[in-house]
Amino acid sequence: MSKERTRILIVDDEEIVRESLSAWLEKDGYTLATAPDGETALARIRKERWSLLLVDLKMPGIDGLQVLEESRKLQPDAVAVIMTAYATVDTAVAAMKIGAYDYLVKPFDPEELSLMIQKIVTQQALVRENVLLRKVLKRDYHFRDLISKSPVMQAVFDLARTAARSNSTILVLGESGTGKELLARAVHAESPRSQGPFVAVSCAALTETLLESELFGHEKGAFTGAAVRRKGKFEMADGGTLFLDEIGDISAKLQLDLLRVLEDRHFFRVGGSESIHVDVRIIAATNRDLTKAVADGSFREDLFYRLNVIPIHLPPLRDRLEDLPLLVEHFLEQLGAEMNRRLDDVATDAMGLLMAQTWPGNVRELRNVLERAMVVASGRVIQLSDLGLRRPPCADVPSGGVLGSLDDVERHHIGRVLQESDGNISQAARTLGIDRATLYNKLRKYQLRKDGEPETEHPESE
Amino acid sequence: MDVCLWWIGDAAADHDLLGTLRRQTEQVFHVTARAWLGRDRPTDSFDGRRQQHSSTRILKWLIDSRPEHATKVVGITDVDLFIPILTFVYGEAQLGGTAAVVSTARLLPNSGFRQDFDLFTARLMKECVHELGHTFGLLHCPLPTCVMARSVNLLHVDTKNPALCHDCQSRYAEIRKQGHEHHE
Repeated sequence: MSKERTRILIVDDEEIVRESLSAWLEKDGYTLATAPDGETALARIRKERWSLLLVDLKMPGIDGLQVLEESRKLQPDAVAVIMTAYATVDTAVAAMKIGAYDYLVKPFDPEELSLMIQKIVTQQALVRENVLLRKVLKRDYHFRDLISKSPVMQAVFDLARTAARSNSTILVLGESGTGKELLARAVHAESPRSQGPFVAVSCAALTETLLESELFGHEKGAFTGAAVRRKGKFEMADGGTLFLDEIGDISAKLQLDLLRVLEDRHFFRVGGSESIHVDVRIIAATNRDLTKAVADGSFREDLFYRLNVIPIHLPPLRDRLEDLPLLVEHFLEQLGAEMNRRLDDVATDAMGLLMAQTWPGNVRELRNVLERAMVVASGRVIQLSDLGLRRPPCADVPSGGVLGSLDDVERHHIGRVLQESDGNISQAARTLGIDRATLYNKLRKYQLRKDGEPETEHPESE
Repeated sequence: MDVCLWWIGDAAADHDLLGTLRRQTEQVFHVTARAWLGRDRPTDSFDGRRQQHSSTRILKWLIDSRPEHATKVVGITDVDLFIPILTFVYGEAQLGGTAAVVSTARLLPNSGFRQDFDLFTARLMKECVHELGHTFGLLHCPLPTCVMARSVNLLHVDTKNPALCHDCQSRYAEIRKQGHEHHE
């Protein structure tokens, strides 16, 4: 920290002390001010930022310890040093308890005073430097709203930045909660189309007919209830980006319709005869294995190649656990602002438990766990018990002492969450950090009932 | 610019020593310096409780008693100096003002060998230049070998050169330039 930025407030009821100390420190180039009593000092502490407070212990009215105590609340970052003519152990202990950096006995040895101030200034410079470096690091780890320091994700960011400059279709692959839509939004924001609209559609949330109308719009009277002509998402996204989420879940008919649009950027509204041209950049996303879907015939190969121009794979959180502390810090800040609550950190054992999770719901699940923790935490640090997670996390491993595959672990975890949620799908989806449609897909995949029990006899349930 | 180096100590003045200080002052600050042997001495600077002399009171006395021709005055004394908040000071100066005071009391080496006298002269020279530097508006320099570095023990004093470092020379030149422009 430069000396001009080091602001020192000298608080003493003796004018001669204030004058001689400020004259001595003035020659080091610090910014100095004095206060003759505790009240004036607190008024100045309320108004201005101070690096160092040199406070006389015994003053009429508000004494040094009271000034110190109040300053801790007003400016916790300011270093306070108590000055006293009569040093006693009790005084020193009292001052230190309130948070004084040190205390000096009047008159001071010039060497002692000089060394102490140098130490404080150096320490504060380091703290400021640390804050700055962390900011720089964070900036480097960000791609818009995505945050990661893992080499895999850094490569994803690089690819996404490059892809953003082109107009090519992007296929984002990754499990639920890995941030596929965030990546799509980031690509849009970094692209030359950023001034245009970003329109997102979840293909899994709607039936075939509804989705068709949603994507392409409809003419008046096209179907029962179509009282007015309505623009579809393709038209709405004209000049911008259309994000098609859960693309792996669309029907065969829609796959064909979509293929046509992707080929010539023309389409018809439902019930319409006018060909409509749009200038839209497509970003599609899915958590399904499309290669497998193509192989088993449930997804058109030609559409897959149309979509798979620039594939971007988002790794699951369990494959980039080194990001966890960074993400935790990020969410504490973000949630803190949303909830108007300040939490500084996560206790070491709590962080250990977070690191030990498999996170089937990925980053979204982590965010939900932290949101819960922020609600229930009573102090400024999130404790183990605030997380609502069970220990040991390896209990998620299928019974029998044999380590299972990721699918086994996921199946077990989902089953347990459903049991805990008494079969409430919405609640279970929230806990898992996935949407309801994805949870239903997973129930089908793992042949689980809503209550978490297997639909058919399963060896692990015995 | 006329700097007056005034011996205000209890012992008799050492003309050779004052001559050395004068030459160094002229060399470092490019001013005319004179040794002044006025007989007046500050009378109310002694503090019986601390058995030391108040450098602040001496400064006030120097400002009031400054010879007419002097634009700046440096009092050199052999008494031990203090400011109320510190156990001792080697000297004190008005920052950007007219007066400074330096004490020889804590600069003396223990023995009386010739080389020790040279060491003592060098120390006094440095402290004189240092305090005078403050009257020109120079602040403490972070470079330990610069004469404007803060000294709180003799090791610090002995580490310094009796001259301004490059940065302090530039600052001094700037201050003088601004001073001239101000007067014009």
